[in-house]
Amino acid sequence: MNRKVLLWAPFVLVVALFGAFFVGLRNPDDRVIASQMVGKPLPEFSAAAVMPGQPGTASSDYRDGKPRMINIFASWCVPCAAEAPMLAQLKAAGAQIDGIAVHDAPEPLAKFLAQNGNPFSRIGLDPEGRAQIAFGSAGVPETFVVDGQGKIIYQHIGIVEPKDVPMLLNLLGIKP
Amino acid sequence: MKPSALLAAVALALAAPAFAQDLAEISLADPRQEAQAVALMDSIRCVVCQGQPVSGSNASLAGDMRRLIRERIAAGDKPEDVRAMLVSKYGDWVSFKPVVKPATLPLWIVPLLALLGGVWLVSRRVRLGRG
Repeated sequence: MNRKVLLWAPFVLVVALFGAFFVGLRNPDDRVIASQMVGKPLPEFSAAAVMPGQPGTASSDYRDGKPRMINIFASWCVPCAAEAPMLAQLKAAGAQIDGIAVHDAPEPLAKFLAQNGNPFSRIGLDPEGRAQIAFGSAGVPETFVVDGQGKIIYQHIGIVEPKDVPMLLNLLGIKP
Repeated sequence: MKPSALLAAVALALAAPAFAQDLAEISLADPRQEAQAVALMDSIRCVVCQGQPVSGSNASLAGDMRRLIRERIAAGDKPEDVRAMLVSKYGDWVSFKPVVKPATLPLWIVPLLALLGGVWLVSRRVRLGRG
């Protein structure tokens, strides 16, 4: 009996292993990479001004006690246009949103903002993705919430959807 | 040469100088530093086109990471410090080199256990054969 179990064990193990392979292949590893910076102070970054009349943004701007959102976006990013109405809604409710435009250029950016609206208090240009890497951001759009002490308290990966608006306002300490 | 090929050649010749200074695409002057940088790039995962190292990815964020890696190595940073910096941003997942910590212990111990088990099985066989 004992010997029989021992003889069959490798076979069962191999079948289980191939079962795991099969399941793994059917579910491709398409994972979302969360930033490790959530819960930590803002990294050092600076993104230069690019729109006339709108200042750029840098880590030193975030220690004045006011919570803010930092939206990492790009004019070439299609989903970024889709979240524009929600950003406008957040701004109307009193949220302060700063933008970091990744791999962008003044001209397409101006066109994008003219088309989709400009909810940003500040806009910084990040042509070489330095700010993006500093934030641990893996794509656009992503939205970070920074508390008044300059600590990142939340990362939103992907489009801000209508259902996300109350949650973001709550994080910013704004009563709807 | 076909006109289209000629056009492509001219376009390439014009485009090349634009990238000439970009460390995302060109090697460091010091071959020893470049070797260190490339070794690191081969073991840092691209966070956009997952599964590829940043050395072999066309994603712009991978280019940004190559530039960053070359800059830091040229500035005298150790490759493992640069890796640690990237891991502090994106987590262990960004590195192809698994670290030893409680959560990854099975990764290191299971092969050892399997080897020991194999040795035990074979030694039994050998003894049985003799008997």
